[in-house]
Amino acid sequence: MNQSCPLPSFGSDQITLGHGSGGKLTANLLDSGVFSIFDSPYLQERDDTATCPLGNESVVITTDSFVVNPLFFPGGDIGKLAVHGTVNDLAMGGGIPNYLTLALILEEDFPIAKLHTILQSIHEACGESGVEIVTGDTKVVEKGKGDQIFINTTGVGTPSPHAQLGNAYIQKGDAIITSGRVGDHGATILAQREGLEISGDLASDTRPLNHIVHGMLEKFGHAIHFLRDPTRGGISSTLNEAATTTKLGIHIVKDDIPILPEVKDFSSILGLDPLYIANEGIFIAFVEATQAEAIIEHLRQHPFGKNAAIIGTVIEDHPGVVVLENEIGGRRPLNLLPGEQLPRIC
Amino acid sequence: MKYQNEYRGKEEVRKILDELQRIVTREHSIMEICGGQTHTLVGYGLLDMLPKKITMIHGPGCPVCVTPISILDNAVELALEHDVTLFSFGDMLRIPGTSKSLLEARAEGGKVKAVYSPLEAVTYAEKNPNEEVVFLSIGFETTMPANAYAVDLAKKRGLENFSILVSHVLVPPAVEAVMSDPLTKVDALLAAGHVCTITGLSEYGPLVEKVKIPIVVTGFEPLDLLQGILMAVKQLEAGEIKLENQYGRVVKAEGNPAAMEVTRRVFEITDMEWRGLGVIPRSGLQLRPEYADFDASLRFSLDTCKIESESECIAADILKGIKKPPECPAFGTRCVPENPLGAPMVSNEGACSAYYQHAQMTSI
Repeated sequence: MNQSCPLPSFGSDQITLGHGSGGKLTANLLDSGVFSIFDSPYLQERDDTATCPLGNESVVITTDSFVVNPLFFPGGDIGKLAVHGTVNDLAMGGGIPNYLTLALILEEDFPIAKLHTILQSIHEACGESGVEIVTGDTKVVEKGKGDQIFINTTGVGTPSPHAQLGNAYIQKGDAIITSGRVGDHGATILAQREGLEISGDLASDTRPLNHIVHGMLEKFGHAIHFLRDPTRGGISSTLNEAATTTKLGIHIVKDDIPILPEVKDFSSILGLDPLYIANEGIFIAFVEATQAEAIIEHLRQHPFGKNAAIIGTVIEDHPGVVVLENEIGGRRPLNLLPGEQLPRIC
Repeated sequence: MKYQNEYRGKEEVRKILDELQRIVTREHSIMEICGGQTHTLVGYGLLDMLPKKITMIHGPGCPVCVTPISILDNAVELALEHDVTLFSFGDMLRIPGTSKSLLEARAEGGKVKAVYSPLEAVTYAEKNPNEEVVFLSIGFETTMPANAYAVDLAKKRGLENFSILVSHVLVPPAVEAVMSDPLTKVDALLAAGHVCTITGLSEYGPLVEKVKIPIVVTGFEPLDLLQGILMAVKQLEAGEIKLENQYGRVVKAEGNPAAMEVTRRVFEITDMEWRGLGVIPRSGLQLRPEYADFDASLRFSLDTCKIESESECIAADILKGIKKPPECPAFGTRCVPENPLGAPMVSNEGACSAYYQHAQMTSI
């Protein structure tokens, strides 16, 4: 029997979709390119936001681009995402969002009526978040050179006086909290894309998290060590990033993660894992263990925190690795995806 | 979901593990054939929970892993050089071909789409009569009926722009091939429940006679796997060699006659190359001559000669249980899931990939 096995080439010369998945390929791309060229202490923080001095004050700043298909889905649309995404990034960085910029890249032929619907949605989302669009830009590309509409928003805010957040504050024993159910947004988008109907009221949970985060920081201050909204790559990516940068281990209990049964079944049928699909309306918090129960109680008072739960702990064992304890008591590492999540054949 | 959650009970799992611990008196190597079963063993952390005397060997039943590299190269060529819209099951897209994967072909402008069913490709071909549509028809007995049905449907509808690139493989010949090596260290087999759901059990009685070890047809939930392992261990401890069916709630002796009928009508048995194992006689399927119009390799005159360059991958030894993945010098260093040197590191369900994931948790 032939024992040889062909030598594949896996190094790629081109950008693949996996480079944008928020997983290992994204990290490789940033390491090999961005971080080696731009030698900035702010970038070295590898954060979604930067807090920079400006005159005698500081500003928190972030930017995000939105390319979603479909543009409209149950629970939201690309306009809402464009506001919430940037507002939430600022909130995770301990910022209180004030101003947004809005840049539109439109494909020739895109219906103006749809654009108006999206702009209206942006307007409403700004109202709900308490931010103002203060400047913007519009470009149009030839038919076929874009995909209907791409949106970029940049957000500016002031640092919350109660926040002391960052990887560096994560410590052994910290409790890990999710502010809500995992997977609703990603499952909604995937179901729409596949043309599948899911029973029940599954909808995207996209929403601004700045108010609930601000309330939590005001009350619990430095007991909150680290915040992140687990968007692209899901909660697995967020947890892996934290484990890698802190060189601590993370233990997660699957049964404690709130997931809608519909999302579980849907993912299981499609061969996907809800822990890797995108969220838009929840945050993950690493908090002082002694305060964890009180924080959960507090979050549950807020309409966006009703399903808040403690899902895991920071430990010394298996540094840099996230381990998931499943419903039968078995354990497995919850790794970063090598690229985009692909459904299994069987 | 019914028939799922009740097979994930903590207490039932504990009960079976206790019983295993009680009855096992010596070392046993048990091979689970199917990648789906490996997925469960690794995903649920069952490997750590089993008694130390039981070693699981991850078999050749990961369709993504064993599809020959030449088929991938053909698929990439179709997408990039023949202006074809190529449909595939999702997890094939990341698999590296000789020069690139289908994901990279897509990045270069190839029209590559992931689907859940070949019928989506048929529908697309019907709606887009000016495009050539090819479905990458791979997998074991489980995917054959739907793929056969898609071809049959395309023929009935008179579609002239639809074809399939075929690399189907059969379980029993692979089991025979693995077991025929005198060095193979496998004491019992867990057969793939979903494969037997289609084919029935008729081939497996004779297979037990040939390979002379216990075979237990087993399902995919954690409890299924543990029950299957328990049944195998009971046979081994009692010195028995017989066929048993753990997955009786799904697998009937006669299988699924309708599925087998369409498969036999469209496909015929042929010798087949397996990535990592080489050519195994009568171990695969090709389209019957009456369906030759739907054969993408003929339609696009693809070069199907098998070129395998040398590499340090020891896939065959791994799949036979002769060596364990960590014994390979490239394991975890030059060969990792993002950059696999060979079949078993390719998909999450591959034997080496399973070991790699497990090692990250325990040895760091």
